Amino acid sequence: MDSSRTRIVLDDSDISRAIRRIAHEIVENAKGADELVLLGIPTRGVALAERIRSAISEIEGYSVPTGSLDITLYRDDLRLRPARALEPTSIPSEGIDDRIVILVDDVLFSGRTVRAALDALNDIGRPRAVRLAVLVDRGHRELPIRPDFVGKNLPTSVGEQVRVNLVESDGSDSVTIHEGDSA
Amino acid sequence: MPLVLRGARPYGEEAVDLVIADGLIVNIAPVGSADGDVIDCDGLIALPGFVDLHTHLREPGREDAETVESGSRAAALGGFTCVHAMANTSPVADTAGVVEQVWRLGERAGLVDVRPVGAVTIGLSGERMAEIGAMANSEAQVRVFSDDGKCVHDAALMRRALEYVKAFDGVVAQHAQEPRLTENAQMNEGILSGQLGLTGWPAVAEEAIIARDVLLAQHVDSRLHVCHVSTAGSVEVIRWAKGRGVNVTAEVCPHHLILTEDLVASYDPIYKVNPPLRTAADVEALREALADGTIDAIATDHAPHPHEDKDCEWGAAAFGMLGLETAFSIAVKTMIEPGLLDWRGLADRMSVAPARIGRVREQGHAIEVGSIANIALVDPTGTRVISSDRLASKSRNTPYASMELPGTVVHVLYGGNITVRDGALA
Amino acid sequence: MKHLLSAADLDRDQAIMILDTAAELASLTDRSVKKLPTLRGRTVVNLFFEDSTRTRISFEVAAKRLSADVINFAAKGSSVSKGESLKDTALTLEAMGADAVVIRHNLSGAPHRLATAGWIGGSVVNAGDGTHEHPTQALLDAFTMRKHLRNGSGDLDGVRVGIVGDVLHSRVARSNVLLLRTLGAHVTLVAPPTLLPLGVETWPCDVSYDIDSVLPRLDAIMMLRVQGERMHDAYFPSALEYSRLYGLDSARMARLPEHAVILHPGPMNRGMEISADVADSPRSLMVEQVANGVSVRMAVLYLLLGGMKEND
Ligand SMILES: [Zn+2]
Repeated sequence: MDSSRTRIVLDDSDISRAIRRIAHEIVENAKGADELVLLGIPTRGVALAERIRSAISEIEGYSVPTGSLDITLYRDDLRLRPARALEPTSIPSEGIDDRIVILVDDVLFSGRTVRAALDALNDIGRPRAVRLAVLVDRGHRELPIRPDFVGKNLPTSVGEQVRVNLVESDGSDSVTIHEGDSA
Repeated sequence: MPLVLRGARPYGEEAVDLVIADGLIVNIAPVGSADGDVIDCDGLIALPGFVDLHTHLREPGREDAETVESGSRAAALGGFTCVHAMANTSPVADTAGVVEQVWRLGERAGLVDVRPVGAVTIGLSGERMAEIGAMANSEAQVRVFSDDGKCVHDAALMRRALEYVKAFDGVVAQHAQEPRLTENAQMNEGILSGQLGLTGWPAVAEEAIIARDVLLAQHVDSRLHVCHVSTAGSVEVIRWAKGRGVNVTAEVCPHHLILTEDLVASYDPIYKVNPPLRTAADVEALREALADGTIDAIATDHAPHPHEDKDCEWGAAAFGMLGLETAFSIAVKTMIEPGLLDWRGLADRMSVAPARIGRVREQGHAIEVGSIANIALVDPTGTRVISSDRLASKSRNTPYASMELPGTVVHVLYGGNITVRDGALA
Repeated sequence: MKHLLSAADLDRDQAIMILDTAAELASLTDRSVKKLPTLRGRTVVNLFFEDSTRTRISFEVAAKRLSADVINFAAKGSSVSKGESLKDTALTLEAMGADAVVIRHNLSGAPHRLATAGWIGGSVVNAGDGTHEHPTQALLDAFTMRKHLRNGSGDLDGVRVGIVGDVLHSRVARSNVLLLRTLGAHVTLVAPPTLLPLGVETWPCDVSYDIDSVLPRLDAIMMLRVQGERMHDAYFPSALEYSRLYGLDSARMARLPEHAVILHPGPMNRGMEISADVADSPRSLMVEQVANGVSVRMAVLYLLLGGMKEND
């Protein structure tokens, strides 16, 4: 990546603050943590869900059941790109029926990933409610989908590329914008 | 007015004017000295017209694949002035009636000598001897007898056939393939056949029959010809037999001089042929044997098949490939270019020897005064890219499509008449 | 990768990707999710020139669980003169807009031909061709072995597999030798010399004529179906002699290491290559192989129709 055209919009402390705030809002919104299930969307959503779980645990002293939900098989653009290896889907043993499922992803863009996640959830069970938490909302929605919890609203042009780096997958925490064509 | 082939080089040697009149070479004169209808042959090599011992013309019965006429055109364009039409037609050429019909069709086409081959057994069934004498004494004057496509595998019958043809100096041309060892065989048996899951056609199935037949020929003191020798082992057996004085001759097909079994890995039936493509070591041995005379002749085994019989699964496809229009080029590429044969050697393997084996008196004459003017004028420096759409054969199953091959046939004289001029039918 | 014609088409990473994908799909279908929307609107044709109900059904279930439209096309074997020509059938399927053709054919190389002759544009999956290959069977065998011997992940490095029986006529054996080698397993073929192909010594495996010397070292043994009619062609003298020398009975099973598993591609000839008590023993994984077959075929269809990732 050409660093001269890349700027950092969130650094590691911004990201930790955002996650703590999201955790607070989730608990507040759900009036407690005991009905929640956190499901991260691979790859970075899984690490974010785990961080939110630990932030909630600090607030509430309760560890929310947390898992991952791979949406590859539910994508509507499979024809357009090479098939990918599947990421694990792991649903907590408590299940999702009658619970409040918080879907966690790194960047909200067109909304198609979230649509696929809703389809996938539908095959797994019947939650009481589904909410969406994202670290970054960069706009340009193609579907009527909006996030419930946002770390940072980031106005972008379509051509710009937003990248979330996390210690778990990338060695350090940051959110960057890269100008020009998406990779 | 006589025809003058101006500046032709017999056997690639000194340029001369070849003067042709009344179907004969009447004079060989210094370049530019002869008068007549002049054909410019500057740079061209004059060779005796080629004689094919092994051609499938498909008529009667499979006129959709080839006719005597279309096959004659393909032959002429390939530099041939004589072809031997194999007997596996429908009906089989196992009576005087059928061989005379084929012979007459050849006369009517008028482009090459069409010499019918008579079946050894009735219907190629390998059971009862066909009326060999009647075919020999017919207008077609058959001298070569073969069940080609099938092997005369019954040893007693083969012995009798070898004996019987002695009465008129005939020859039995054996398609050497032990039938039980080659049931449902699809390709050369070896490592590759095991990988591809295609039933193998082992070399021994050819070699064992040749070994038996040369011993039989020796025992009854008759003349044996071995069709389409394809393995190094067969070469050894024939070399051994010739060393013992057995009256055996042998032919090799152009495709066995150049193509190898690895092409089968494509499962493209264009490479399906019987006997199958073998290994590079076999190709090497065959070239050497042709060079040293162990193998006497190049024969095309020209085997036309309609498109649908090749445009299918390997196992469902027919065996065989076209050869008449590419044989000379393959000979140049595999024998002349590597220095294994000179032009006199090539003339022997493609004309003199096959004419002698087939007892065709009018063919295989030397380029000299008094010879019948069956002459191929070839350009040794010419090259062409083979296109299956530009073949005279009715069929398209050439394995050389889009290959660039050396050596072009420019003019052909058959009995003194021009059949091919500037690479096209006259 | 566009087609799956031979186990040799797969390198180690691709093979593992298929197995991993199959494992993930298996866990999804273990839950209440029996049907995924992945291949909605895609057409998969099962083109069977040879009867094989079990393989056909396995592919059909796999395609349907991914929401593909499935067309079953049973054709008569092709011959030079009569019967359905592969080409004409292919052109028909192309006109129907087949995205993938799963082909079973009695002639070796027919899938290869279908994929390369220019008759169709879709993907071709070899579901068994003549005596050539059966790559999805090898994948399901590898999947089954990996699950039992390697905790269901990674490759099969160091796993010792014996494949016993009619190797000469077995497409299962060919594909397994290739795939197992790719995955790092060590294969020993066991058969009478008449049922081994010429050149087998050049294959990436060991060869033995003696099952008893091989048994104690195996982690998995795969018994190949031996057709009774082979004895009429003098490949062996009698069914009895064959089963005595090469069959897996309980006495031989007892000589396998305790952890070793038994596989059979089916359909079994009980009493010929495998005795009834061995076939029914808990160490035999035939039933599980069938279930794994569906997962593996789902993975193959998903990866081919999405266009398999190149090595990166
Ligand atoms: Zn022949």
